Amino acid sequence: MRAAQPPEDERDNKSKEHAMRITQGTFAYLPDFTDEEITAQINYALSNGWPLSVEFTDDPHPRNTYWEMWGLPMFDLEDPAGVLMEVNACRAAHPNHYIRLNAYDASLGRQTTALSFIVNRPAAEPGFRLDRTERANRTIGYTTHAYATDLPAGDRYAVE
Amino acid sequence: MTVAANPRVSFGFRPDEPPPEVLPTDAVLDLAEARHESGIDEVLRRLDAELVGLEPVKTRIAEIAALLLVDRMRARFGVDAVQPTLHMCFTGNPGTGKTTVATRMADLLHRLGYLRRGHLVSVTRDDLVGEYVGHTAPKTKEVIKRAMGGVLFIDEAYYLYKVENERDYGSEAIEILLQVMENNRDDLVVILAGYADKMHQFFSANPGMQSRIAHHITFPDYTVAELEQIAVLMTDAIGYRLSEDAKSVFHDYLQRRVEQPWFANARSVRNALERARLRHARRLLAEPGLVGLAELSTIEPADLLSSRVFDQPSIEEPR
Repeated sequence: MRAAQPPEDERDNKSKEHAMRITQGTFAYLPDFTDEEITAQINYALSNGWPLSVEFTDDPHPRNTYWEMWGLPMFDLEDPAGVLMEVNACRAAHPNHYIRLNAYDASLGRQTTALSFIVNRPAAEPGFRLDRTERANRTIGYTTHAYATDLPAGDRYAVE
Repeated sequence: MTVAANPRVSFGFRPDEPPPEVLPTDAVLDLAEARHESGIDEVLRRLDAELVGLEPVKTRIAEIAALLLVDRMRARFGVDAVQPTLHMCFTGNPGTGKTTVATRMADLLHRLGYLRRGHLVSVTRDDLVGEYVGHTAPKTKEVIKRAMGGVLFIDEAYYLYKVENERDYGSEAIEILLQVMENNRDDLVVILAGYADKMHQFFSANPGMQSRIAHHITFPDYTVAELEQIAVLMTDAIGYRLSEDAKSVFHDYLQRRVEQPWFANARSVRNALERARLRHARRLLAEPGLVGLAELSTIEPADLLSSRVFDQPSIEEPR
């Protein structure tokens, strides 16, 4: 996890709402993709024969690996328009969730996610807090705590 | 979703292509050259060579090709060309080439630059309509997503809607199809096919479908002469040929067969040729001796004359 540096004039308390832009998956350090750029990436995955799937979550913790599936993975597609249609349907239903696209490489010897990137993120990402736990013999255990998860699932990242 | 403004060119990005120059209103374009570049003539020539008859179909395809070309030229003058609606409905008797033309259509629209991929997804009711509540929508959508960038060909489309059962899930599939036909016009072309009378019933029950389909193409029955040409193409394709005598016998055969029930145009021709192949093989084995390629691949009158069609008295006796 690394916080994106906000511009100089915004580095005060009131800009804490975009304090931590989470960086999971490919392209996470780039500016958010436009639909055309997403289409180009889908095209790349399809040209490699990787089926794509859409997943969403409102728990930004880095160890939260299994996100909710938006429909089934899409097999036998030829054209990116179908995938983009599902991405947009998921955005319409969950405008303030994280949404990612996974491309799965089923070829023997790989059989794993080949490409995964975030295509939608909440307007405000509160970020994480580091919790320290005192343990025996003055050792300290560390935990990352996502502020968003203080609220029940579904109420996180509500639009103000 | 808000799209981040991207003022700086990121590393690894290709620079944006400059927008195409808009021609001044008094400029002139060379039609012949544009036509040559687009390769339309090549496409139409192949269509003419490989498909026998089907004049109304060929005319419509030539019209569509011309429209797409003209649209492209208008776009160079900066006239905003709305993508034409190309959803189609093919009606015609069995064996008149509806499926064959649909396959061609996908390839053709791809060459003309209307479709991005040009593949054909051929489905029937089973692939669209689900088995229980809530099953139809995902199933239909999955098929539609697979067909995007190409042609969705729905064979026997009238089975989608069952008049007698109002709780049939078919209407749900039709609803989703209608929505996609309207909203994703640029992404896919839907072609419905079926027999004329049943399609007519289907459309009268679904007026929305009727109005969203711009092209209703009727496939005429083949004449005997056209069927003969088809037979020649078919025998060529499987590495056989008809001897001169066999050709005239086959002409006779077709004239009788056309009058009989269950005549299915090109499909009947194919079946007749398949049976002739079987008899041909049996005849060769019955007379042992030396054979060459000519004997192995030539269908003789005897192979056709033993057909059941010749047993029945012809309607126009005496021949």
